[in-house]
Amino acid sequence: MASLNVLIVVCLLYVALLFAVAFMAERAALMGQGGWLRSPVVYTLSLSIYCTAWTFYGAVGYAARSGLEYLTIYIGPTLVMVGWWWGLRKLVRIGRTQRITSVADLISSRYGKSNTLAVFVTALAVIGTTPYIALQLQSVTLSFASFASADPNSSVPADSRSTALWVAVGLALFTILFGTRNLDANERHHGVVMAIALEAVVKLFALLAVGVFVVWGVGGGIGETLARIDTSEIGEWQMNGGRWAGLTMLSAAAFLTLPRMFQVLVVENEDEQHLRTASWAFPTYLMLMSLFVVPIAVVGLEVLPAGSNPDQFVLTVPLSQGQDKLAMLSFLGGFSSATSMVIVAAIALSTMVSNHVVMPIWLRLAGGGAAMAGDVRHVVLVARRVSIAVILVLGYLYYRVSGGGTALAAIGLVSFAGVAQFLPALMGGIFWRGATRVGALAGLSMGFVIWCYSLLLPSFGEGILMSEALMTQGPWGIAWLRPQALFGISGMDPLVHAVLWSLLLNTSAFILGSLASFPHPLERLQGAQFVNVFDHSGNPQSWSGGIAQSEDLMIMAQRMMGAAQAQALFQAEAARQGLGGYLPEPTPEFLQRLERELSGSVGAATAHAMVSQIMGAATVSVEDLLAVADETAQMMEYSSQLEAKSAELTRTAGQLREANEKLTQLSVQKDAFLSQISHELRTPMTSIRAFSEILRDAPDLSAQELSKYASIIHDEALRLTRLLDDLLDLSVLESGQVSLNMRDGVLSGVIDHAVAAAGVEGAGLIIRRDRLRENVPLHTDLDRLAQVFINLIANAQKYCDAPVPVLSIEVSRRGDDLVVDFVDNGTGIPSQAQALVFEKFSRVSDGQAGGAGLGLAICREIMMRLGGAITYLPGQGGAAFRLSLPARVALAAQ
Amino acid sequence: MSKAAKALFLERRSYRQRRLMDALRLLPLLGAVLWAVPLLWGQPEPAAGAADGTGSGGMPTSHAMLYIFGVWAVLAILALCLSLRLDRSVDKMDAPGGA
Repeated sequence: MASLNVLIVVCLLYVALLFAVAFMAERAALMGQGGWLRSPVVYTLSLSIYCTAWTFYGAVGYAARSGLEYLTIYIGPTLVMVGWWWGLRKLVRIGRTQRITSVADLISSRYGKSNTLAVFVTALAVIGTTPYIALQLQSVTLSFASFASADPNSSVPADSRSTALWVAVGLALFTILFGTRNLDANERHHGVVMAIALEAVVKLFALLAVGVFVVWGVGGGIGETLARIDTSEIGEWQMNGGRWAGLTMLSAAAFLTLPRMFQVLVVENEDEQHLRTASWAFPTYLMLMSLFVVPIAVVGLEVLPAGSNPDQFVLTVPLSQGQDKLAMLSFLGGFSSATSMVIVAAIALSTMVSNHVVMPIWLRLAGGGAAMAGDVRHVVLVARRVSIAVILVLGYLYYRVSGGGTALAAIGLVSFAGVAQFLPALMGGIFWRGATRVGALAGLSMGFVIWCYSLLLPSFGEGILMSEALMTQGPWGIAWLRPQALFGISGMDPLVHAVLWSLLLNTSAFILGSLASFPHPLERLQGAQFVNVFDHSGNPQSWSGGIAQSEDLMIMAQRMMGAAQAQALFQAEAARQGLGGYLPEPTPEFLQRLERELSGSVGAATAHAMVSQIMGAATVSVEDLLAVADETAQMMEYSSQLEAKSAELTRTAGQLREANEKLTQLSVQKDAFLSQISHELRTPMTSIRAFSEILRDAPDLSAQELSKYASIIHDEALRLTRLLDDLLDLSVLESGQVSLNMRDGVLSGVIDHAVAAAGVEGAGLIIRRDRLRENVPLHTDLDRLAQVFINLIANAQKYCDAPVPVLSIEVSRRGDDLVVDFVDNGTGIPSQAQALVFEKFSRVSDGQAGGAGLGLAICREIMMRLGGAITYLPGQGGAAFRLSLPARVALAAQ
Repeated sequence: MSKAAKALFLERRSYRQRRLMDALRLLPLLGAVLWAVPLLWGQPEPAAGAADGTGSGGMPTSHAMLYIFGVWAVLAILALCLSLRLDRSVDKMDAPGGA
């Protein structure tokens, strides 16, 4: 017996089963055993919330009225699903990388985290979804009524209003319990998804069971049923081509943009790979759901009395055949369809409302330190729970006000057309980098206005919200503004008319707005991030500056994500940075990550705003970018400075090393000199002593011998004197006590004197001079200068080892300096000795006889006193010395 | 982007994967075209009326159902085959299909 009481009991048991399944799934997920919860099959089944009570009951009614047109509602999503490689894959990838929580969040994120857009989309979604929720309540109520009327013993009057109220309350309870259990960073609800997967199985099974019963139990097999179909009222293909194409497109668009579909498709998606399975499994599901619709409709039209509501055929056909259990199953199927849709829609809408409407308002009310004040997590949860309740109350009120009279399919399509207005902004946002916030706002507003004007308001019926005159003659009698014949094009199907114009103008406004406006930097960053999501998956937001207090961030994160989760996140980050404890450095990467995590709880725009409040930077403005660029430039400059310093240090170190080597060599030289000088002093002393002893002790020396020995003693004494003179001269020069005898003269004269004094004439050394150039007037100590020249000429004479020794004396001007080069054609001075030739007691080779190694040292001292310099000039083919005299020495004489 | 860095020709396996991706992209177009065919079917003559049944040159609903559901099944099977043939790692390859 189809007792209403039994039905209520079964219904309650079913609800208890759903609660149990959801609860167990949550438990399993919490304990980390949730692997099986997230199989592609569950994902595919969760997509089946597309098939609401509108499908379950309404499709049959639709078929009974309009034949095969109902198939368009399933063909559209099938095409989208089969074409997952084009759009869905990108949408899911973006949703996962950007932690998108809803369709409003996606659109707002894409267009520079604009909250205006988010609010707009949320409002549109609520307006579009409320009738749909009313529709579900109505269908459950109607199915109860069908049972009640079939139950003669029913003592309960089928008060549709109270039924709807109880259903709404129950759904609100379930949704709040499992939809707002926790603020998951990923915004995924394992319990809810599992429950709707179960409901998906129940509704498919129920519809197939009724279908099988109708075809084989009533219709008499496939062949006969097909024959019945052809002879029925809907036995011929009658299709308005515009509606067929238009509705297919509309359902495809709605499949992507319906808030609840976005929730299960993108937000609850665990793994992109699940799309592969869903790409063939979901079309199969849809095909099976629509397979038996026409047979049920045809049989219903035949066996039920004329005037029966075709929307209830799924229920009334089994009832009329006495199949109470089948009818019960069918009722559960319809109940499942209605409840799963309401639950997911309520979750999706509440997320949008709390993230984009309540939180921004609350943040503003709480003032500047909002992120720190109070328990944000709690606020979000309460906001969601209240939103869920409000949404269901709205749905219930709509149901009450509309009176539940309109055909189910009509409301569904109005709703579809409403949410389809998101499509241009959504698709444009993920495929076109040029799409801007202004364009999106313009498109959405345009589409919304036209949808309201030409579809939503007229759908309440003529004369209710729009007067009959308005409908037939247009506002103020302007004919081309008639709601269902815009621009004077009449005769179109009202729905196709509304969809065509709203989407066309929406898209045009979107494109024109985008082309004409210029996006903010943040918008451009986000745009690149979304459109090129497959190239790179990072967050474009760059937080500059490390002013944020990690502790503040942690306090805020704890409030948003829960203490344990936030601590785990912070600790992991600290460990990654190589720090102990819970407080990592607030690096830009960490802030980005934190913002992404938070956006899972409260949406991208709000998370951005909250981190901004702590960071003290609302958005990335051009100034911020410039500051970052400045900083980079500064750092580069600093690093180049460091580099220069380091090079300088290297140079200094090299110089020090050189000096050290020189010192070591000097010390060695000094030792060598000590032995040398004692040798130099001893040799003449020895011969002087020896010969003076001979002179004293040998009586019989000839006059010739006497003269010879005496001259030897004299020569040696001279040599000693010379040596001592040199030493004395040098010490006088070095101590700075020398007095210069400044006179005027000519350079050539000085050289003449030096050449003569050196005794070169006839000694074999050829001297090459350019007397013309030497004609330079001088004002200096000519004797000292001559001494230097003499020394250099004598050196060449002594050391030049060429067969025909030649010394060139070249005079030239280098800048202001007078330069005199002495270059001979010998082997020159070995490079290792070059550094030391001007040192005291330095001798290039020990083997060659010569002075004590004081000559060049004296030269250097003299030149220094005269204000000039003497250097060794390497690479001249022999020993070469360069004397340079300052300009004043030469010029003063002019 | 770094077009220059990409190889002009792919090895056989990658080539096959690229063509599978092409097929995946074309699949919804195939579905759209096949499901657009009903637009070409003749409408029943208004004068003949529904009661006349088959005589008016309209397409019987049963035939229409067989056709539409047939297309559906073919699409689902093709999608299944493609999703099985396509490598799991293919997502990591760059999406734009070169040669």
